[in-house]
Amino acid sequence: MPNRGLLVVAARITVNGKEAPIAPAAPHTTVLDYLRERGLTGTKEGCAEGECGACSVLVARPGVHKPTDWVAVNACLVPVAALDGQEIVTSEGLATAGRPGTPPLLHPVQEGMAVRGGSQCGYCTPGFVCSMAAEYYRPGRCARADASVGHTAEHGPNGFDLHALSGNLCRCTGYRPIRDAAFAVGMPVEDDPLARRREQAPPRPVATEYTQGGSTFVRKETLSETLELLRELPDAVLVAGSTDWGVEVNIRSRRADCVIALDRLAELRELRVESHCLEIGAALTLTEIERRLDGRVPLLAELFPQFASRLIRNSATLGGNLGTGSPIGDSPPVLLALEASVVLVDADGEREVPLADYFTGYRQSVRRPGELIRAVRIPLPLARVTAFHKIAKRRFDDISSVAVAFALDLEDGIVRKARIGLGGVAATPIRAFAAEAALEGRAWSAETVEAAARLLRAEGTPMSDHRASAGYRSAMLGQSLLKLYAQTTEAVSS
Amino acid sequence: MSHLSERPDKPAVGVSMPHESAVLHVTGAALYTDDLVHRTKDVLHAYPVQVMKAHGRITGLRTEPALAVPGVVRVLTGADVPGVNDAGMKHDEPLFPDEVMFHGHAVAWVLGETLEAARLGAAAVEVELDELPSVVTLREAIEAESFHGARPLMTTGDVDAGFADSAHVFTGEFQFSDQEHFYLETHAALALVDEAEQVFVQSSTQHPSETQEIVAHVLGLYSHEVTVQCLRMGGGFGGKEMQPHGFAAVAALGAKLTGRPVRVRLSRTQDLTMSGKRHGFHAAWKIGFDADGRIQALDATLTADGGWSLDLSEPVVARALCHIDNTYWIPNARVAGRIAKTNKVSNTAFRGFGGPQGMLVIEDILGRCAPLLGLDPAELRKRNFYRPGLGQTTPYGQTVAQAGRIAAVWQQVEDNGTIADRTRAIAAFNAAHPHTKRALAITGVKFGISFNLTAFNQAGALVLIYKDGSVLINHGGTEMGQGLHTKMLQVAATTLGIPLHKVRLAPTRTDKVPNTSATAASSGADLNGAAVKNACEQLRARLLQVAASRLGTNAADVRITEGVARALGSETELAWDDLVRTAYFQRVQLSASGFYRTEGLHWDAKTFRGSPFKYFAYGAAAAEVEVDGFTGAYRIRRVDIVHDVGDSLSPMIDIGQVEGGFVQGAGWLTLEDLRWDTGDGPRRGRLLTQAASTYKLPSFSEMPEEFNVTLMENATEEGAVYGSKAVGEPPLMLAFCVREALRQAAAAFGPGGASVELAAPATPEAVFWAVQAARRAGVPDKDAAGNDAAGNGHAVRGNARNGRVGADAEALSGA
Repeated sequence: MPNRGLLVVAARITVNGKEAPIAPAAPHTTVLDYLRERGLTGTKEGCAEGECGACSVLVARPGVHKPTDWVAVNACLVPVAALDGQEIVTSEGLATAGRPGTPPLLHPVQEGMAVRGGSQCGYCTPGFVCSMAAEYYRPGRCARADASVGHTAEHGPNGFDLHALSGNLCRCTGYRPIRDAAFAVGMPVEDDPLARRREQAPPRPVATEYTQGGSTFVRKETLSETLELLRELPDAVLVAGSTDWGVEVNIRSRRADCVIALDRLAELRELRVESHCLEIGAALTLTEIERRLDGRVPLLAELFPQFASRLIRNSATLGGNLGTGSPIGDSPPVLLALEASVVLVDADGEREVPLADYFTGYRQSVRRPGELIRAVRIPLPLARVTAFHKIAKRRFDDISSVAVAFALDLEDGIVRKARIGLGGVAATPIRAFAAEAALEGRAWSAETVEAAARLLRAEGTPMSDHRASAGYRSAMLGQSLLKLYAQTTEAVSS
Repeated sequence: MSHLSERPDKPAVGVSMPHESAVLHVTGAALYTDDLVHRTKDVLHAYPVQVMKAHGRITGLRTEPALAVPGVVRVLTGADVPGVNDAGMKHDEPLFPDEVMFHGHAVAWVLGETLEAARLGAAAVEVELDELPSVVTLREAIEAESFHGARPLMTTGDVDAGFADSAHVFTGEFQFSDQEHFYLETHAALALVDEAEQVFVQSSTQHPSETQEIVAHVLGLYSHEVTVQCLRMGGGFGGKEMQPHGFAAVAALGAKLTGRPVRVRLSRTQDLTMSGKRHGFHAAWKIGFDADGRIQALDATLTADGGWSLDLSEPVVARALCHIDNTYWIPNARVAGRIAKTNKVSNTAFRGFGGPQGMLVIEDILGRCAPLLGLDPAELRKRNFYRPGLGQTTPYGQTVAQAGRIAAVWQQVEDNGTIADRTRAIAAFNAAHPHTKRALAITGVKFGISFNLTAFNQAGALVLIYKDGSVLINHGGTEMGQGLHTKMLQVAATTLGIPLHKVRLAPTRTDKVPNTSATAASSGADLNGAAVKNACEQLRARLLQVAASRLGTNAADVRITEGVARALGSETELAWDDLVRTAYFQRVQLSASGFYRTEGLHWDAKTFRGSPFKYFAYGAAAAEVEVDGFTGAYRIRRVDIVHDVGDSLSPMIDIGQVEGGFVQGAGWLTLEDLRWDTGDGPRRGRLLTQAASTYKLPSFSEMPEEFNVTLMENATEEGAVYGSKAVGEPPLMLAFCVREALRQAAAAFGPGGASVELAAPATPEAVFWAVQAARRAGVPDKDAAGNDAAGNGHAVRGNARNGRVGADAEALSGA
């Protein structure tokens, strides 16, 4: 091997119960490449951008209902240095070695996949197995089974939520045997080692400064230390779940001198409900927010299942989605409709900026060098009529062609207040001010709605690209309002 | 019953069992080509130098800057090739080209100590280019008459007379999309050179013998100096039939020149931008029906987008022509085929191999014409089925054997799916729901099995029995997930009469079985199964002699069942292991090579006539969809399939093939949307959808909510191994029913009776425009046309603009 430079700090990771040094991996080396270099080739690369799930592995994270949760993430996106001091399990680690000369004792999800024909070429299978195992261990899985959700095409009689597999692609099976395997798994037995691990505290975040070849990955212990570092290195790349940065590294071959991790800072991981507002920490993962809110904000509850895949939501954060500032991010339209604001912080203090004033241009915002997003605030009370319409080619895990979020207050048939957030129709996420004005103070009637829909169609400057034509994008803006109206006034089955 | 199709007592074939590697798959222990890198020392990594222009002559190639990058070991260029600089079989595919023929064409490869070093080295290579005009779209190629390869013409009957006899004549155009294979494992090869300068290549290839042949000719070696092995593939779907050869040759060349193992593994974007896809087609057609809706004549020209080199485009077009009839008797036909030469990747084999494209044309025609004829689409389809006992032949002259199965599987789908009841329920639903419409459509499949080129219909196997009674089988087929190896184990155990656990299968290697055909054309189990069976029969015959002498009877009166030999009418048993040991001591040969050639095929490519297929596989499927009229978004609510696999060798495997093929077909027809930069800017010819984030495969959200697959019962195929039929490709085309259901659902938003045109793929946007058009049925559709023009590359594919069905003057006059 060539000389890869000196190791500065001993970073270590526990894989399938065995601890090992992260060196000599480069700071940009992904968990996927690290595992494969170590000979754990069950974890596969299918796309290197968190779309196919062939690289999915289990990570021990702070739990929502138990001390620890096993969450599945895309190993192709996460730098291995980000998992200093952490524990992961791969497909190889799920099975238990049998006696010499005998086959391994399969994990229940592996058994189900194997006997039901869930694998054909087998390449995506280890990733499916890991995503499925995460759902197998999810607390409250069975509580859901016989409750309101019931047994549908997407929710099994065993409480298995098929969205757990929304980030895993299979090109061979057509998915039916995989669904059958998922909907047939039982509950973990008492001495199941991974179930027992959930009862113990999760691995603590570890302060990391991992340098190789002049490039550094840093994780500080506190927000103030992080802000001090950021004042010195305003050009450092900030990451939480790395779901965006990982793509830059893999697909566009970007490399950074310094990457600063924010995802485990306690100050960025609070969720507070106050009388006048809800404050969501910027580094909480979307899955954590979804499970902690548990439907308290219906518009967010509608957003989450449509936001990328479960694998991505297990890593991605609101801070990341707003920090990236993409015009096709799915959270901004919703947060705009909720009249959310962004709490920005630097070494000198905090300021709060309404989200409607936050974006200044394509992937540009008022966030200054040295500043980071600490939290998102959503004012209370919430509007009573809300809806999120995501227009995309695929229902699970696709990027929006257009996204429209509505938050309306209807009183006695009159629209008292209307907030509409749009994504995918301009260089930034925008509010549909003209359409809002055309609704407010008027009767919630077909006439009002049609007039507002005409204005809505003219919002933004939609483009034609590989996702959709400009004409379709415009049309969908108006159609979303018509659909919302139909949904509020008719019993529409779908 | 034929010898080939007859099953003994208690056969291992016909038993449902998981994939033979299932345990290895789920534990991550199964090895794929690139997994071997981490078990190999001192591997060099290869990275392509891709030129990002659609067309141009290379005037300068400077590799020195790459060699200055730390960790770069060597740059491979055309000057390094000791043999023939060609990666294909047509000598039109230089491995290191002088002329860049498509956006992303690799002109050199950099070898580095790490992938990162190779990547940086590739970025440092300087290429000078004289840019040349490019042809990117099919329409541009047709207008410029940019074609290559054969121009087949298939004729039957008297087309002019057929049209003269027609009560209704319609014309139209239809352009439909290409499709990316998106096997989860990208192209990969790992090459080593041994002490005798022999080259050993591990390759993710469906066609090891051809990979071997091309590696040999690039290196200037004989085939016996090159061995190619394929452990398994992470999916193939035809994309690894011809395309792996060049990548294997690059690895082998690098290994030969450096003496070190060399690895090639494409990133997803490299794979998407460098390897060929399913051919998109353009079709121009004219069809005549009698007053009852029976097809009288068809005149069509199919143009396939071949890309820059021929690759497999000629046989793909031949198969498209051979399948334009699908399940319908067309007494008079004139169908021409041609291959557009465009500055894009070289399109190649993809599950169905042109068959889906040919069949899509006729299904689209019938879907568009049914309302114009005033007929229910299902009724129109049924009226045109081939009928048994009438001696009806295909337009290329083959008798349609088992034609009765077309109607039989259709009827069974109607019964299983309670179609009549559900059709009524759908009508009631639609009447009550102004913004949501449902529809149900049934389509059928008839797919010819055998390679069109007769010579490819042969296979070999090598079966070894060891002294301890264990059996090792080798055959020429490759495993890409289709379960071929599982079936081969079942065939061997059945023929030898032993339990499955006694049989093991060795990886596919060219030094075990020579001159194999590609594992393609759905033929893997038919050909290799018959060859394995043949080898096992030779061994069994020898062992029966040994057993007969031990049991004191004639060999003809000995049966070996479940690992025990018995004489008829006797209780005396001889265990398999004892039998084998006895045979060894009697110096009986315990290895045999098997061979099989498909009998009864003939094909004349010049006259485009013959009987190229051993038999046809049949199937029918019904899909129910629900469309949201606001957005065009839809769901597949339920699918019912009845498919003919003969008597299944391995039912769980076969059902898996049917389901997987169906969803892949539905992906092609509804979701998967390759887009190219067709503008005149600096990125002309660039693939816009070059990642999983932009090229969307079906996911769980696209699988039918209810999915019922039934295999046709008592369906013995006399001409194939143990009465089975091929299953790999035919089910893909069952997915036509999804597209037709979407068309009918869109129509349900309109006043009824309108002919609805639907772009392919039928994305939510395409369905939305179809809904809008249906709503305005009869009114010129300005909006949709305007939007298509605005759509990037959409104008060409949007048949709403250029593919209008027109009732011509003849029809209007009632002639």
